[in-house]
Amino acid sequence: MKEPAISINDLHVSYYGNEAVKGVSLTVNRGCLVGIIGPNGAGKSTFLKAMLNLIPRDKGEVKVFGKTLKEVRKKIAYVPQRNNIDWDFPITVLDAVLIGTYPHLKLFRRPKKKEKEWAMECLQRVGMQDFSKRQIGELSGGQQQRVFLARALAQQADLFFLDEPFVGVDISSEETIINILKELCLQGKTVIVVHHDLSKASDYFHQLILLNKELISFGTVDEVFKQDVIEKAYKGQFAFINEMGVSV
Amino acid sequence: MAFIDAVMQYSFLQKALLTSMMVGIICGVIGCFIILRGMALMGDAISHAVLPGVAISYMLGINFFFGAVFSGVITAVAIGFVSQNSRIKHDTSIGIMFTAAFASGIIIITMLKSSTDLYHILFGNVLAVRSSDMWITLAIGLIVLAAVYLFYKELLVTSFDETMGAAYGLPVRIIHYFLMTLLTMVTVASLQTVGIILVVAMLITPAASAYLLTDRLWLMIFLAAGIGVISSVVGLYFSFTYNLASGATIVMAATAIFALVFLLSPKHGLILKALKVKKRRASLV
Repeated sequence: MKEPAISINDLHVSYYGNEAVKGVSLTVNRGCLVGIIGPNGAGKSTFLKAMLNLIPRDKGEVKVFGKTLKEVRKKIAYVPQRNNIDWDFPITVLDAVLIGTYPHLKLFRRPKKKEKEWAMECLQRVGMQDFSKRQIGELSGGQQQRVFLARALAQQADLFFLDEPFVGVDISSEETIINILKELCLQGKTVIVVHHDLSKASDYFHQLILLNKELISFGTVDEVFKQDVIEKAYKGQFAFINEMGVSV
Repeated sequence: MAFIDAVMQYSFLQKALLTSMMVGIICGVIGCFIILRGMALMGDAISHAVLPGVAISYMLGINFFFGAVFSGVITAVAIGFVSQNSRIKHDTSIGIMFTAAFASGIIIITMLKSSTDLYHILFGNVLAVRSSDMWITLAIGLIVLAAVYLFYKELLVTSFDETMGAAYGLPVRIIHYFLMTLLTMVTVASLQTVGIILVVAMLITPAASAYLLTDRLWLMIFLAAGIGVISSVVGLYFSFTYNLASGATIVMAATAIFALVFLLSPKHGLILKALKVKKRRASLV
């Protein structure tokens, strides 16, 4: 399984001339579960969004399965940070998951019975089938995240991007989510996750992208979790890392 | 009732009724998307921004529809351009651009020396609707409703989670300006009925009432349209019976409905929520 899923070449992003991502190049192979880690303000989410061309890049090329982004967009599922969603939106859990089927529906076509059953199946996979008729704001943080994962599953994507999926999420939801992500990888899907909690990173991911504006390190967990490497990324925040019980 | 007799008898009243009902429907429908996208101020802005377009259309002797859509869309683009290319926040950009458009419209109309027209454009005069105005409103109404029906999926995704839409390849920027164009068309259709100043109320108030009544978007859209129609009919009744400005009475009717819903809505209403809290607290004693 050494087929490249996404390859990034010399990616640069800036906000009003301030560099946020500096010249990142890397290739993630198919079937990998990859965490993007780094200190606050390291440009993790920015990097994720720039990969998907959701924000303008200054420079850089991204190829997904050897093709341009435009050709494979429908194969990509993106789960945004929870605080970017309006949880008062008048939509039920099932309808939110149903949105995941939209990319494969032709213009002017509505989701029909087949799509609804598929959405229900995806809800079942995340253990949320009993909540299908609830308004999304009535759920807990962990349940909301599971619903959004169900939406991503409904997309039948090959490449999954999740932005901080474990923030404000209870432990059992976190377990459900990470187990599903691991399953996806076994099926040959590629999953890239922005993650802030170093302590669990080694259990969760096959590979890590350590970022602090520039790419500090990219490799297996063992390769990245070395004292000098982490120190380089976190600099002054090192005491804080020790407190979190990371053995480096 | 005298009002019903009058509607039967006078064709000007029939036209007024039909036009304002159509306005109630399309304002309600578009209003749902406007409030869910947090663009209420944008609705106000675009409705004011059609003024210079209307004025120039009068000057050139063309149908004011074209000028209005043109100046509305230009203003929407200008608002986006300023907020995206400077540290100016979106609402500030809106404030700058729509007042500029509105002011320029006033100057043009004043130069044309037809202040009666200005009054009617600003405040509406539904009882003076001509047949051609009615047909324009109905045509715009059908276009807007068809557009929302056909692009419902896209409008839903971009209103709920725009980033996801962009990630799977939707042209979110184009959809935004598409909605702005629909908004401008709705404003133009509403000129005669409620006037530029009060269009925003017809966009926002019925949609907000509907928002408090349901947790499903499609139902919210139907409710908003229904509330818009009821407001229009009730408003027209008061306008005709007591000889009041139609725009004002229609908006007051919509506001009265909102007040009722705000207090009495089963799920999100003030009174029932308070009762539930009270009951819960009593059960804990």
